[in-house]
Amino acid sequence: MLVKQISVFLENKSGRLAEVTGILGDNNIDISALSIADTTDFGILRLIVNKPEDAERVLKDNGFTVSCTNVIAIAVVDKPGGLSAALKALDKAAIGIEYMYAFVGKTTNEALVILRVEEPDKAITELNKNDIRVLTAETVYGL
Amino acid sequence: MNYWNPTCECMSRDEMTKLQLERLINTVKRVYHNVPFYRNKMQQVGLVPEDIKSMEDLSKLPFTTKQDLRDNYPYGLFATPMSEIVRLHASSGTTGKPTVVGYTRNDITTWSEVMARTLAAAGADKQSFIQIAYGYGLFTGGLGVHYGAERIGASVIPISGGNTKKQVQIMKDFGTTVLACTPSYALYLAETLEEMGINKDELKLKSGVFGAEPWTENMRKEIENKLGIMAMDIYGLSEVIGPGVAYECKCQNGLHIPEDHFIPEIINPETGEILQEGKSGELVLTTITKEGLPLIRYRTRDVSSLNYKKCDCGRTLVKMTKPCGRTDDMLIIRGVNVFPSQIESVLLEIGDTAPHYLLIVDRIGTLDVLEIQVEMSDRLFSDEVKRLEDLEKKIKNAIESTLGLSAKIRLVEPKTIERSEGKAKRVIDKRNLK
Repeated sequence: MLVKQISVFLENKSGRLAEVTGILGDNNIDISALSIADTTDFGILRLIVNKPEDAERVLKDNGFTVSCTNVIAIAVVDKPGGLSAALKALDKAAIGIEYMYAFVGKTTNEALVILRVEEPDKAITELNKNDIRVLTAETVYGL
Repeated sequence: MNYWNPTCECMSRDEMTKLQLERLINTVKRVYHNVPFYRNKMQQVGLVPEDIKSMEDLSKLPFTTKQDLRDNYPYGLFATPMSEIVRLHASSGTTGKPTVVGYTRNDITTWSEVMARTLAAAGADKQSFIQIAYGYGLFTGGLGVHYGAERIGASVIPISGGNTKKQVQIMKDFGTTVLACTPSYALYLAETLEEMGINKDELKLKSGVFGAEPWTENMRKEIENKLGIMAMDIYGLSEVIGPGVAYECKCQNGLHIPEDHFIPEIINPETGEILQEGKSGELVLTTITKEGLPLIRYRTRDVSSLNYKKCDCGRTLVKMTKPCGRTDDMLIIRGVNVFPSQIESVLLEIGDTAPHYLLIVDRIGTLDVLEIQVEMSDRLFSDEVKRLEDLEKKIKNAIESTLGLSAKIRLVEPKTIERSEGKAKRVIDKRNLK
């Protein structure tokens, strides 16, 4: 159920993002979701792609600092309170969220959310117990 | 233990002093009679060569500085007719006119001798393959090591600097056993080795002699681990002779000075007063065998101290500590004296940071600001902003507690700080204080 997320260290300089996405494009790697966390000097680009191993390798070959982390992808009902149900379940189990980001999938009435937590396996159990739909890696990579 | 010349390297102190005095007296006579600059300087303080009768009298002689060499550019301090000079070298002259140094045939022999001692102390012998990746040319590094390596009868690979991938390929194919280059270039070669997918075990490398720029113990460890060798520090400056002015033995706890050729002193750089054994100050060297360009009490601007205790390796030659900075590359930032090497030590102690960093000093209004760029590496990286900010804070705090100076830490992408194939560029000073 764990999804591999690729994180890339980027300096805040123009053109860096274009370069990363360019390299992925040239290598026929499809991006399903992305988010950027930034400070004044640097940013961390987080990517969900269809071929995470390949993405890690080609970016490293191009001189980027890259790491691979396990994250969880969930689908919540796209209506008020939909996300809250999922977050409450994790909170109840005392699972802290390091960061999260939502993205647009091709499904119509569900919102997709990536969660980065300290104990991903425990989080998946809790989410399942609360009938929150956790997406498989295959599903996410194919989006 | 490997000596090249045990007679000179293990001489008793009494014999050494006797030999030095005899040679010093001769040198002073020669410069007094052949070099107007020295004669004038001695006359100004009322000295004649006959006043130099004991080693203590050395301290009566005036100092010589790099500025004196520049003022007498190009050949003004030479003590022999140009017909006796068989070689000229020059410093890069980044801070003004270059300084020119000249060698007679005997000087080349002396240079070969001290470099042979240097290489032998690093374990080289006639079976060795010595890859010389110091630049050849006006810079003394390449040819200096070259002559020493030929003297001991090793197989010399005179590849010179640059062309890093080829260096690695040749190192592997030719079976290089001893590498000679700057320490920063040694690290760069180690990185290139990794990039090319060559394991250090595929090399025959055993030791390296590294010098021409200051480096730290941590950097030594990193070179030793990455290349699987003993990394020896060597010291030299073109004005005195080039590489071979001091060299480490396998004890790696100080650099032996061939005192039968060079007399060292440590002085307080402010007052010129001679400091006792063990005290840290500016290294001053007097050459006592050189013919072309003898130097009397030359101010090296390198900070070091001396230790006369007999070394575990058996050498009786005095040892100088690894120079811990130059009195003239010292940065003064908000009144704080900063040596780039101090910052390097701090970065390495934080752990895992490859020593690729750049100091940028600027003045905003009337305030000096120091920015330290540190290259990101796979091991330091995290997908969480918080962790990276913690890393910046940790470096900042460590710098602050070591130097008493606050600095802005900036994490930069790997390989964005310029790699030099000679001396590493560690500082950009944007202040226009002159």
